[in-house]
Amino acid sequence: MREKFGLKLGLGAIALVLGFISLSYAQEVTDLRGAVPPTEEVAPPPIYNEINDDKRRARNYPEQPPVIPHNIRDYPITLNANRCLTCHTREFTAESLAPMISITHFMDRDGQVLAGVTPRRFFCTQCHVTQADAPDLVESTFMPIEKIIQQEKQGGSGEQTP
Amino acid sequence: MAQLTRRQVLKAKAAAIAASVAGIPVAEAANGIIPGDEARLTWSKAPCRFCGTGCGVMVAVRDNRVVATHGDINAEVNRGLNCVKGYFLSKIMYGADRLTQPLLRMKDGKYAKDGEFAPVTWDRAFDEMAAQWKRVLKEKGPTAVGMFGSGQWTVWEGYAGLKLMKAGFRSNNLDPNARHCMASAAVGFMRTFGMDEPMGCYDDIEATDAFVLWGSNMAEMHPILWTRVADRRLSNPHVKVCVMSTFEHRSFDLADIPIVFTPQSDLAILNFIAHHIISTGRVNRAFVDQHANFKRGAVDIGYGLRPDNPLETAAKNATNANDSTPMTFDEFAAFVADYTLEKTAEMSGVSPERLTALAELYADPATKVVSFWTMGFNQHTRGVWCNNMIYNIHLLTGKIAEPGNSPFSLTGQPSACGTAREVGTFSHRLPADMVVTNPEHRKHAEEIWQIPEGTIPEKPGYHAVQQNRMLKDGKLNAYWVQVNNNMQAGPNMNQEGWPGYRNPDNFITVSDPYPTVTTLAADLILPTAMWVEKEGAYGNAERRTHFWHQLVSAPGDARSDLWQLMEFSKRFTTDEVWAPETLAAHPEFKGKTLFDVLFANGKVNKFPVSDIEKGYSNYESEYFGFYVQKGLFEEYASFGRGHGHDLAPFDTYHQVRGLRWPVVDGKETRWRYREGYDPYVAAGSGLQFYGNKDKKAIIFALPYEAPAESPDDEYDMWLSTGRVLEHWHSGSMTRRVPELNRAVPNALCFMHPDDAKKRNLRRGDEVRVISRRGEIRVRVETRGRNRPPIGLVFVPWFDEGRLINKVTLDATDPISKQTDFKKCAVKIEKVA
Repeated sequence: MREKFGLKLGLGAIALVLGFISLSYAQEVTDLRGAVPPTEEVAPPPIYNEINDDKRRARNYPEQPPVIPHNIRDYPITLNANRCLTCHTREFTAESLAPMISITHFMDRDGQVLAGVTPRRFFCTQCHVTQADAPDLVESTFMPIEKIIQQEKQGGSGEQTP
Repeated sequence: MAQLTRRQVLKAKAAAIAASVAGIPVAEAANGIIPGDEARLTWSKAPCRFCGTGCGVMVAVRDNRVVATHGDINAEVNRGLNCVKGYFLSKIMYGADRLTQPLLRMKDGKYAKDGEFAPVTWDRAFDEMAAQWKRVLKEKGPTAVGMFGSGQWTVWEGYAGLKLMKAGFRSNNLDPNARHCMASAAVGFMRTFGMDEPMGCYDDIEATDAFVLWGSNMAEMHPILWTRVADRRLSNPHVKVCVMSTFEHRSFDLADIPIVFTPQSDLAILNFIAHHIISTGRVNRAFVDQHANFKRGAVDIGYGLRPDNPLETAAKNATNANDSTPMTFDEFAAFVADYTLEKTAEMSGVSPERLTALAELYADPATKVVSFWTMGFNQHTRGVWCNNMIYNIHLLTGKIAEPGNSPFSLTGQPSACGTAREVGTFSHRLPADMVVTNPEHRKHAEEIWQIPEGTIPEKPGYHAVQQNRMLKDGKLNAYWVQVNNNMQAGPNMNQEGWPGYRNPDNFITVSDPYPTVTTLAADLILPTAMWVEKEGAYGNAERRTHFWHQLVSAPGDARSDLWQLMEFSKRFTTDEVWAPETLAAHPEFKGKTLFDVLFANGKVNKFPVSDIEKGYSNYESEYFGFYVQKGLFEEYASFGRGHGHDLAPFDTYHQVRGLRWPVVDGKETRWRYREGYDPYVAAGSGLQFYGNKDKKAIIFALPYEAPAESPDDEYDMWLSTGRVLEHWHSGSMTRRVPELNRAVPNALCFMHPDDAKKRNLRRGDEVRVISRRGEIRVRVETRGRNRPPIGLVFVPWFDEGRLINKVTLDATDPISKQTDFKKCAVKIEKVA
């Protein structure tokens, strides 16, 4: 279900996305407030819960940091403690069955592999984020490479050029 | 056939799924390899689209679409790292609601302020816009037209905007959203050093012993610099980190010395540190005698509110806030002696032990110290003072302009330095630190631009907050907004922004890739190409200028801001915008279009399209018939070369991962003002603050003064606003990336659990955050990454659904005109 404030894709907006525009019709322009005018206030959506199913999500491309498929409430990452590493660092993964942090996370600024996690990767949540069960505000038309290759094989091109 | 094992079944299934996703026959996909050339991606470098850190990224393109991005291992700033926003750059251009056609408010086939948006051609859009601008120019002259630009403009977009407004339309009503972001820092630099931008660079991080964050949440707002700070701190146990703010946030997780202080009392703490340095005999007298002067700044300077506000009429020096008079070291010492440890502890609510520990980081001659600050200092009704006062303590100790000793003003936006400050897209500025109020500066600009003397007006135009006020008052009537979302970002939306844009006297144009609150407030929306859909240049917080090529084309009829500015200029002739006496004295300009005068001037159109690096497209250059970006850049660079702002030749920047100016004889400068690093420092002098004529910096005596609005019995809480790691500014790009949206879907009102309890509130309850100006409805958060003290709430402003700037106050620093978004008084009411 699209949330109340999600982008309302009116007929005009769909036409805009597809590029079939009739010059004579008015265009409904909707921002991320949906149909709520900027000068008005309505009830906010609830605080969404973090997804906590421990299922890995496919990445959009190999370089994307994987999202966190579990709750991290009260996981300290401070000068004195890093709760994430108690499961995800190399020596604990056999027991925890959590994915091991990538080899890049052992490299210093000059690409040298260290004995343990590099301090420059210490704050996990700068790159890895939890996912709430919130609805998308706008559909994404991003195409992962395999889709583009598929299109190429079907003789289409990725994007219409202006 | 043998019975399949469970494992074999699973494997076969996985291959079939993989194959169906990729759309290739199972046999081919079974080995998981995409053969030969089919697997090839085209990789190019670009700076990140978001913050002022200026990370390098590599961008993969296939079939005219971005398919992947990652941190550039060859970029010195980030060496292969990105933050979560940076890793999702690939997806920012692909929100399904990209604007692809101009949209004009119409009724019965004609423009109408109260009409509905209808798609129109670029010709129709610019016809209407030009007609409106010509009407306004004819009726009221150049002071009634204006433009609001951005620290996210590319260098040449800002430069083209500056030329079009100041030389073309003869209006100084040009300001960037960077006014909200670092105007106090820029003015602070000018006041102390006579020259803008930091003397140090990011290399200071790896060379220092201590970091002090003054109102900067780097862990969220400059995440990759924070990785360098964390690396330095955790690799070297002697290094100390002091984090100061009005509430606890993520940067406190690395703090050795955490300090939460009462809002505005940073002014007292700064003076206490100066006093501590002096009273414990740790002033570097040799340095101070040789390199510093002392001045007493004007006090009681008001709050940048409308002139009829009682706070302004009561202020003695509201109109001469920037004044100062010379004083001696002894007088300065006596001035700061008022700020004793006891008094400062009481004013700030910080324990004497922590205040002393902080002061010692500066006072101890054996400790190298880097001070970082961002919006806590800059968005402050005494923001310029804060900037001056942090320099005071670095100057008193001589801890400046050398590796590891560095007062470092971080910038928020990717080109707040490169475009807004260096190009000078402010209402009072010209390129290379020059100002419109100086006749020599105007003359120099007019010579470079080959336009008649006297073309550039001498009176500064309307700054950001003033533009909204003048729109509301009907004095600014034709207005163009590019690369920002000021209806969401600007203060006091209910009383100033919204009534200003919707004033029937005004014609508002907004250029943006996506629909935003600001586009909804517009009369004409122009669909805009973004990031790698155009060739660009940004300048980051450490003076690093970096370039990128156009890598994909923009969707539909979306066009870059640069194309829009240049194409619009074709619709005006000099006869319509310049004074008749100017044209009588210079008949060679008669009848020419602004495009001819500003862009087809023999300089900007000097370089052929064939100069563009092979393999890259460039829409603007192919359209106009010359290498637009190169011509604009080379003309712009002539302002700064030989004047301490030297930029390298255009082509160099496409080959390197950015260079820090001044770039002299092909070499960048890491530490300015220091002999051995900076070629502008005279041999044998050791150090020269050459921005000032006597080559000395200024130490300013400035007091504590109260904020514009403080909590009282009715409005009993402080409100601070700010950003979050996962979203860039108003969220118009990042909230359209599903993963980033799900990471932080909505803004919440962060509150101390005791404050919640007192109001019978629990986490998740709905409240109204109410000020004297407006209110929003939002949910309460009592845990999580921000932990405010009792008496303060924090609400981020990225969320279009919760426009917190309906609540904020449009009080500014009276000198820099930058809004204080960190302090106003609100009350919190439960929605039953």
